[in-house]
Amino acid sequence: MVGELLVQTHPRDALLRADRLPHIWCPGCGLGAVMDCYVRAIQASNVPLDKHVVVSGIGCTGRIAGYLNLDSFHTTHGRAIPFATGLKLAKPELEVTVISGDGDLFAIGGNHFLHAARRNTDLLVVCVNNFNYGMTGGQAGPTTPVGSRTSTTPKGASDAPFNLQHLAIALGASFSARWTALHLRQLRSSFARALQLKGFRFVEVLSPCPVGFGKANNLGEGIDEMNFYRSQGVVDQTIEPEMARVEMSHTVPLPLGIFADGGRKRNTLTPQTRRVNGAVTV
Amino acid sequence: MMPETRPRVLTGAHFINGDIACAEGALAAGLGLFAGYPITPSTEVAERLSQRLPEVGGRYIQMEDELASMAAVLGASWGGVRAMTATSGPGFTLMMENLGLGVMTETPCVVVDVQRGSPSTGLPTLVGQSDVMQAKWGSHGDYEIVAYSPSSCQEMFDLTIKAFNTADRLRIPVILLADEVIGHMTERVVIPEASKIERVERKRPASAPGNGYHPYATDNDLVPPMAPVGEGYRFHITGLTHDEKGYPVTDAVTHERLVRRINEKVLRQASSLCEYEEASLDDADIVVVAYGCVSRSVRRAIREAREGGIRVGLFRPITIWPFPGERIRELSAQAKAFVVAELNLGQFGRELERFTSKPVVGVNRAGGELLPPEPVLAAIREAASW
Repeated sequence: MVGELLVQTHPRDALLRADRLPHIWCPGCGLGAVMDCYVRAIQASNVPLDKHVVVSGIGCTGRIAGYLNLDSFHTTHGRAIPFATGLKLAKPELEVTVISGDGDLFAIGGNHFLHAARRNTDLLVVCVNNFNYGMTGGQAGPTTPVGSRTSTTPKGASDAPFNLQHLAIALGASFSARWTALHLRQLRSSFARALQLKGFRFVEVLSPCPVGFGKANNLGEGIDEMNFYRSQGVVDQTIEPEMARVEMSHTVPLPLGIFADGGRKRNTLTPQTRRVNGAVTV
Repeated sequence: MMPETRPRVLTGAHFINGDIACAEGALAAGLGLFAGYPITPSTEVAERLSQRLPEVGGRYIQMEDELASMAAVLGASWGGVRAMTATSGPGFTLMMENLGLGVMTETPCVVVDVQRGSPSTGLPTLVGQSDVMQAKWGSHGDYEIVAYSPSSCQEMFDLTIKAFNTADRLRIPVILLADEVIGHMTERVVIPEASKIERVERKRPASAPGNGYHPYATDNDLVPPMAPVGEGYRFHITGLTHDEKGYPVTDAVTHERLVRRINEKVLRQASSLCEYEEASLDDADIVVVAYGCVSRSVRRAIREAREGGIRVGLFRPITIWPFPGERIRELSAQAKAFVVAELNLGQFGRELERFTSKPVVGVNRAGGELLPPEPVLAAIREAASW
């Protein structure tokens, strides 16, 4: 039997809204681990904590904003990126991070991701990708692998999913990485790296959703999906982003790693630098 | 030749169209960011601000659609600047999503809607006034909004400034409900000296960061002080039903209290918010009601009716929402009939009927051209014969 460990304080207490805990996420969900990685990364960053702002959309991941003891915004479904764009332009000294889910960022909010990347808007966008709409009960989304069973694809999903790394890099993201809720040191390190860079930066985190997705798709409970990440995850940063597809299959490797890092040459959308004829334009 | 950099407030007399007057009004009000998407007949607002904002240290950004424009305006407002967008019917519809977020999170901002012929794509280049009800009820849920209706280029300037002040005073989105005729008409506009421009500042928290700031704890006026982002207040803002701390709460009591308060904070100010112009009403028993561009053509109908001995006058609401119901009730005591002229099929008139038991005659066109005086005159004569 494992003994109960009682602690009075926690190193991240100052950055969490303890009066809002416990959180609403299901047992086995990866969001708590992702949140912890992000908090550790901003604690280690050079930007004062008061200048870090988190903007989220709607969904399970969207609730991260409400647990952080930062200035934080839980906006409308899909609109975290444009909200964050206005905030950043109005107050450029802020370090603005958008944290939201795959459905929020890539279905209802997909167009905003495209255009924020096109403008090279100075934002870090974190997508927690759990392959389904968890909050509403496990419906298919824009990253649901073909063949996966969800509450709206009872015979298996037929639409091709986005490869988010390929998408972000094709759009010119200055940093783009994919990790899982198991790869916490790598994830924290990628957050830290992305926070040092400027321009449009993207981090994708694959995360178990046993209730909404895992159990129906041969991934089991959260711990089983973590084991899946360990057995199938392959860090290969040399492969072309278009080959870095996520199939969530026990017979196919799961490509992880940093697929773009600072390679981008374009200017960043900040009021100081993106001026053509005096106007901030795209 | 125009100087390279002009001042923020272009003091002096100008001959400019309504859209440009609106843009200059926004600048005079201290506009910090404009986010928008091109749509006729509002594009001149964006074009003007794309030139002018960078001249005065502001930010102009063209977004990918009106959903994003409205979201960016809210974000910028939380960033501590005065923010606005400008659009027309189809874009106004897309903005309803985040207009609701603005209402729920109590985010001050200004939305300019230069109305055109509707529904749908309708008549992009021609006038309409059919967004009156959308301005009030367009986003889901119960909320009160403030909407001003300019009827001249000077009012495009003046009411844009007023819209920002009302937005900041009440922490709400405020709508400038203009129309294509006023937006595209060119008139003399007098811009006062910068020091004469009224400015109402947002209420800020009384205490320094770290002293338990609750973003939705209110004062007697039901308007909570608004902390700027990045100064250490560490607040959370959500479109979910929330308590005074800004935390999501799922219970009927908190929801009732919140929804009642965000309505009541506006309604409580209704009498001071409701502005209107009246002409020839002293002895009138027929009250013509018209706003925006239509209020200009009905004046001729009223003049001709007066020349024919009919006791008729004009009530021109400048504030469309909150609805000037109390004043209508008062006028109802002297009126034997109301004639409501508008470029829609009776949106304002229908609301007016709630405040009078007297006959309400609608003179309505769906839009596409300015309502001419003749049908209004005919309606006045008809009512006079009763």
